[in-house]
Amino acid sequence: MTPRAFAKVVTANDLRIGDVVYLTADDRWTRHHHLAELIEDEAHAQMRLLHAIAQKSVIVGAYLADARQGGRGPEPVHFREAFRTRGPSNYAHGKQADHV
Amino acid sequence: MYNYSDFDDAFVRARVAQFAQQVERRLDGSLTEDEFRPLPLMNGLYLQLHAYMLRVAIPYGTVSPRQMRQLAMIADTWDKGYGHFTTRQNIQFNWPKLPDVPAILAALADVEMHAIQTSGNCVRNVTADHFAGAAADEIEDPRPYAELLRQWSTDHPEFQFLPRKFKIAITGSPNDRAVTRAHDIGLRMLRNAAGETGFEVLVGGGLGRTPMIGQVVRDFLPVADLLPYVEALLSVYNSFGRRDNKYKARIKITLHETGKEELSRLIEEKFTELRRQFGGNDQRLLADIRAAFAPPVFRTASTDSFDAFYSADPVFRAWADTNLAPHRHPDYAIVTISLKAHGKTPGDATSHQMRLIADLAERHGHSDLRISHEQNIILPHVHKSDLPALHAALSQAGLATANVGLISDIIACPGMDYCALATARSIPIATQIAQRFKTLDIEHDIGPLKLKISGCINACGHHHVGHIGIPGLDRAGVENYQITLGGDGTQTAVIGEKTGPGFAYSEIVPAVERLILAYLNLRLSPEETFLTTFRRLGMLPFKDALYIEKDAHHAA
Ligand code: SF4
Repeated sequence: MTPRAFAKVVTANDLRIGDVVYLTADDRWTRHHHLAELIEDEAHAQMRLLHAIAQKSVIVGAYLADARQGGRGPEPVHFREAFRTRGPSNYAHGKQADHV
Repeated sequence: MYNYSDFDDAFVRARVAQFAQQVERRLDGSLTEDEFRPLPLMNGLYLQLHAYMLRVAIPYGTVSPRQMRQLAMIADTWDKGYGHFTTRQNIQFNWPKLPDVPAILAALADVEMHAIQTSGNCVRNVTADHFAGAAADEIEDPRPYAELLRQWSTDHPEFQFLPRKFKIAITGSPNDRAVTRAHDIGLRMLRNAAGETGFEVLVGGGLGRTPMIGQVVRDFLPVADLLPYVEALLSVYNSFGRRDNKYKARIKITLHETGKEELSRLIEEKFTELRRQFGGNDQRLLADIRAAFAPPVFRTASTDSFDAFYSADPVFRAWADTNLAPHRHPDYAIVTISLKAHGKTPGDATSHQMRLIADLAERHGHSDLRISHEQNIILPHVHKSDLPALHAALSQAGLATANVGLISDIIACPGMDYCALATARSIPIATQIAQRFKTLDIEHDIGPLKLKISGCINACGHHHVGHIGIPGLDRAGVENYQITLGGDGTQTAVIGEKTGPGFAYSEIVPAVERLILAYLNLRLSPEETFLTTFRRLGMLPFKDALYIEKDAHHAA
């Protein structure tokens, strides 16, 4: 298997609401994974993460999550991150509620 | 029911005020994430996958109708109109917003509730037999002791930073419905030869990463010695428990590494020293607490209407057969309201359901309500003549599912639908299994069966003590479900054995179905339960059903 190329997004939860957010290339926090900045350089990723962590009164629990380029923009790789883009599977709560 | 003293009330309100200020300082940026992190945990607030979660303690599972209505109000005002009852007799709200949490805590304080010590490395909510004070097989109501332990452990200065969290369970019955053997301390009431009551003290039980059944460190502890003994035990654990490795920090590891003899000796030594210091104050307190748990005044009335409905109405009869348990008063029954309607999330109740249950407890149940660790709600005292009306009212609200103790009465932790620690989902597995067996229409034929699902190794869903246990794991980035068989959470507790390789998300429900069909073929008679059959035959025939039939199916 060829090693997967480095590709990450910075994600966190909104400090007030708890909703999942992603860091965009122009330093905003978006609620949509596909609008996140896809970071393909490791050093840059660390810098972006530090930048995120510094925003302590806006977000909580920032980390780097694996991602890949998709049709609309970055897509999650792991199922946990895929769930975080939607919400729970037992009720139409969380992000998926906004899409219906 | 125990009512807060002025002291309790002032303490809880002071904590709410404290936390309100801490939240304010977090929101205005004067507290960093790291500085703030321990504070929500001291108040039961977690950050989960999609939102915050607030865990509220329901001490020993006892809740009044007034409190239940307040929980419904909280669900409507600050959450999404429902609450999730857990295996630790707590309720969790899955969607509170951080700025609202102080208001929620204040609303809880208004009805003598709080979220203190529902997280962190302290003594957690003391859990108890959910049939306490009502069960026909009970020696004595264990709740006064549970309340004594609660008061003693709440904000106990010595035990706020234990090596790890600490869970105590208590039962007053020889038949253990409180899983006492899977707790850090399990207390099981019994009588000695002289007829006096005491506790068998079990230590070092626990599920999770290293599942273990508790061991008896004291065969008979006179009830009057409870507090000094438990304090001695905690104190020894606090000194010897490992703080260097969080996976080795529970008392089960201390027990394992120190040895039962030596640990018992240390506890007894400390106990002798502490016992003198208590000087009878705990017993005076206990006497006051006892008065608060006096049984209701039972009603004398004919039970003919119950008998008539039972023989005439098959739906009522099915419900009565599964959801009622023997009460110590012959004209009464203990009612379990199933929160496991097929296809619904185990343990969830809507605010409407909570209010209805509160009303019904007042109308038919001497205003008493319990939450079971099996994620159902109990009306412990219902006169049999009230059962038909109660059943009719429950039916209207989707609360009359006749499945208590059956395969669809599944314990399931929140799993990866909510929990930040999860490695797989558990709720959809539970709902699919329940629906599948409803479609097959064989769950009454299968009979008593405890199926328990956890979304990770932490085993909040008690899967190790399920007759069938399902832990969900992450195998190379895919959800994978193992199966354990033969677990038992009662007085004959056993940790279930792994069957072998796990199953994919889409394969686990068919796998459970193969297991059950194998059991139906293997049992000697319909009376032989799944667990008894497993104990008689061992793993092999079930493994065959799980793996060989699967391969045969694939080859075909
Ligand atoms: S068992 Fe794991 S997934 Fe389930 S609630 Fe506990 S920590 Fe979360």
